[in-house]
Amino acid sequence: MKFQRKLLAAAVMALSAGAVHAQISGNVIKIGVLNDQSSLYADLGGQGSVNAVKLAIEDFKAKEKGLTVEVIFADHQNKPDVGSQIARKWIDSEGVDMIIDTPNSGVALAVSEVVREKGKVFINSGAASSDLTGPKCTPNTVHWTYDTWMLANGTGNAIVKTGGDSWFFLTADYAFGHALERDTEAVVLKSGGKVVGKVRHPLNTQDFSSFLLQAQASKAKIIGLANAGGDTINSIKQASEFGIVKGGQNLAGLLVFLTDVHGLGLDKAQGLILTSTYYWDLNDQTRAFNKRFAAVNGGKYSTMVHAGVYAGTTHYLKAIAALKSDDGTKVVAKMKEMPTDDPLFGKGTIRADGRKIHPAYLMEVKKPSESKGPYDYYKVRATIPAEQAFRPLADGNCPLVAKK
Amino acid sequence: MTEIFGVPTQALFGQLLIGLINGSFYALLSLGLAVIFGLLNIINFSHGAQYMMGAFAAYFLLNKLGLNYWWALVLAPLTVGASGMLVERLMLSRLYKLDHLYGLLLTFGLALIIQGIFRHEFGSAGLPYSMPEQLTGGMNLGFMFLPKYRGWVIVASLAVCVATWFVIERTKLGAYLRAATENPTIVQAFGVNVPRMITLTYGFGVGLAGLAGVMAAPIYQVNPLMGADTIIVVFAVVVIGGMGSIMGAIVTGFGLGLVEGLTKVFYPEASNTVIFVIMALVLMVRPQGLFGSR
Amino acid sequence: MAAPDQYQPHASRDDAAEARYHRRAFLVMMVLFIGAPFVVYPVFVMKALCFALFACAFNLLLGFGGLLSFGHAMFLGMAGYAAAHAAKVWGLPPELAILAGSAASTVLGVVVGLLAIRRQGIYFAMITLALAQMVFFFCLQAPFTGGEDGIQSVPRGRFLGFLDLSNTMVLYYVVLAIFTAGFLLIYRIIHSPFGQVLKAIRENEPRAISLGYRTERYKLAAFVLSAGLAGLAGATKALVFQLASLTDVHWSMSGEVVLMTLLGGMGTIFGPVVGAFAIITMENYLAELGSWFTITQGAIFVVCVLAFRRGIIGELEAWLRKRRGG
Repeated sequence: MKFQRKLLAAAVMALSAGAVHAQISGNVIKIGVLNDQSSLYADLGGQGSVNAVKLAIEDFKAKEKGLTVEVIFADHQNKPDVGSQIARKWIDSEGVDMIIDTPNSGVALAVSEVVREKGKVFINSGAASSDLTGPKCTPNTVHWTYDTWMLANGTGNAIVKTGGDSWFFLTADYAFGHALERDTEAVVLKSGGKVVGKVRHPLNTQDFSSFLLQAQASKAKIIGLANAGGDTINSIKQASEFGIVKGGQNLAGLLVFLTDVHGLGLDKAQGLILTSTYYWDLNDQTRAFNKRFAAVNGGKYSTMVHAGVYAGTTHYLKAIAALKSDDGTKVVAKMKEMPTDDPLFGKGTIRADGRKIHPAYLMEVKKPSESKGPYDYYKVRATIPAEQAFRPLADGNCPLVAKK
Repeated sequence: MTEIFGVPTQALFGQLLIGLINGSFYALLSLGLAVIFGLLNIINFSHGAQYMMGAFAAYFLLNKLGLNYWWALVLAPLTVGASGMLVERLMLSRLYKLDHLYGLLLTFGLALIIQGIFRHEFGSAGLPYSMPEQLTGGMNLGFMFLPKYRGWVIVASLAVCVATWFVIERTKLGAYLRAATENPTIVQAFGVNVPRMITLTYGFGVGLAGLAGVMAAPIYQVNPLMGADTIIVVFAVVVIGGMGSIMGAIVTGFGLGLVEGLTKVFYPEASNTVIFVIMALVLMVRPQGLFGSR
Repeated sequence: MAAPDQYQPHASRDDAAEARYHRRAFLVMMVLFIGAPFVVYPVFVMKALCFALFACAFNLLLGFGGLLSFGHAMFLGMAGYAAAHAAKVWGLPPELAILAGSAASTVLGVVVGLLAIRRQGIYFAMITLALAQMVFFFCLQAPFTGGEDGIQSVPRGRFLGFLDLSNTMVLYYVVLAIFTAGFLLIYRIIHSPFGQVLKAIRENEPRAISLGYRTERYKLAAFVLSAGLAGLAGATKALVFQLASLTDVHWSMSGEVVLMTLLGGMGTIFGPVVGAFAIITMENYLAELGSWFTITQGAIFVVCVLAFRRGIIGELEAWLRKRRGG
């Protein structure tokens, strides 16, 4: 009797434990949006990225070209293990051909590895690590929107040139923060500036007052925020509380998104300098895209991550149409071979290491009095041409390049 | 300029003051835990979630009802305290006869539910709460720029802590409380309604967490997870101080805030871990905690 | 923490019956696990097996030692890091990497155990939690753990030199073998004289002291064993997923293993296994819903504590016993 009970209980459990889904035929192109749906990066990617993919499919007129494209999405909770497990499951049992977006460098590197192993396609828009096209590049990954090297280079170089020549770094004490600090410091020194001090704060610090006091005491002209997400928001907020900007020092956000500025409000964020590769108010095409995007995205405007997801999907579908195959490795090779052309980033290329090349813009956050409408936050201070915006191919130590 | 270990004394004063502000939150939270532990003998794991609820209550009062910070200072702790009493009546009261660890597990589960619901509703990016107008700006103390609001936090929490200590240690009500802690049966026999006293005590302790939440709202983001990590630090504070005395909880809270502040100057990388290291040291030398009796 | 009215004194006849029941249940479990990868996605079962071993190790301490550790994630996570580091940086073969991981968590167990057993009950829980948080911050900052990124692309290699672990099926049966070894070891420990003393301490520590047992030593030994076995699970998991990350050292993981044990039935032999499979299955379906998973976990905690303290297997056994008795 006990025997049967046990067997029954265990069998029920085993059956409920996720039976293998039927393999979907190769006629369908399945795109998986893997990003943060619920926490720190949910606004800059999240459902917005899913909408961006849908808009791209619509604009590509996939149906008329005889391609069936499906979109699914999942929340990686900013955990590399969750992210790589979902990617594995998607590819193994749900027939996903391409994974897109994936903010959070740790998760992105893990997913990139899974996709390489399975020979599919990974188009990253949301993550910052320049390692994705550096030492950890793969023949299956394209890194579209931005990276740490570009942020450090754009922001660091431009600020020093406009007189901000003494820096104090407020650095998040983990690999990403260190990398951002290191890259920016190199740029600052190269452009003739100096670094007068730095302090490393633990990740997810609530209280920055102590670190800000140290920054204040350093008398540096620029306080570089080598951190991200909530840490950046909190440090900017508390800097205004301690009157740092009023005291004549400026903050340089190394990784700040439109949504962060939106959350802070112009009152606190004004004067902040940052680098971006897309802004909804750049030209007629971006404004037209943003209008459609906001309509389906609950009125929230598009970030550069959304733009990258849209453009990446478009180029991916073009490559498939040209190749008439969805074999991952071949599609990526085709994507690198074809020049890119989309309404958001203009004409561009994808390099051998997987790096998408386009111009970047140095932005300054407007004063509340200068802002005329919703999300009217940035003014363009300078444009960094495509060939200077990203790390030179030879410096990345990407094995794909070294082989040549 | 005089220097201590390469840090100018003036900067050091600034950092000590900042440490005291963090200490205020530790003191308020560990005081609430100590009050609850004293009578109920449980460790309230949902304390961090209730601290977060206090901050959210302030946010709602401002944005839905238009009631400002000063109203929130009174109403939010009452709301949070009332929700706590409900929890005590409906759930915790069923566990008093069991091993005390079940209380810990129950409140841990509650914390997960509360934090999960708030995260589901409001995301984890955090909501802004602006400072009360009367307390914006700051004063130049000569050695540092002290935002008025932070000065207020120190003063207010010190006042609340001292008042709580006075009520429990120096009044008749407090005497009943202490007696009920020692021997509930006898106190019950003297005609005191002990179950109601327990409910009110839990409500009060939780209300203190809510109060800390309101005070934290203008400084930090109002965030569903703001209490999740804080509570673990406060646990360490409680282990260091020992659950023996109310005064112990207060002194340890402020003291550890100072220590943490100093660490941020001399060795910022360790500022997250220093309290845990102190806890380990205290356990080796004096396992019952600095103010613990047993 | 004493599992509520779990173990009434048995006559030897009952002991024999119980041993028979354990043998049968074990056989059923093995048959199910051996067949499972043909029916279910193998990676999923491997994950659940790792957590089942983790929960069993935890149960050794809670269910049989009466000590509630709220920081067991530190052993799971640290072993994962150590194994991943050993396999990736030192290039050790998988069996040695797993051993290195377990050894690391055993050492950590000695250090933490020496501190934590100085206090009992609630304090013990708080101290283990606080120390685990310290380990978490250490892992976040230490260079060898890779911080937020974790240690990625850990090579699986060849187990014992001839089993190629890049083949999912081979990997599955190696993981199953590790789980079974760990499970049987725990079963042996529980039914050894050492295990009996442990139960005596759980029931009544002063009495055990008065009988001349140096209870501190027994508790420390149980803590270290539990830590080492949790490490075995963590090291295996790191090789399965080729990744060691902060998730495994975070306090929510410590809470999760408490939940698995509580749900399955603490102080039972098979409870933690059932609890782990139940929670991992749930996670599999609710993961996409984000915070709902946390809410559900919390709700299960509350329900278990208020109304279901014996857990699934505990209730089942009690029901069977009642049927047999009545």
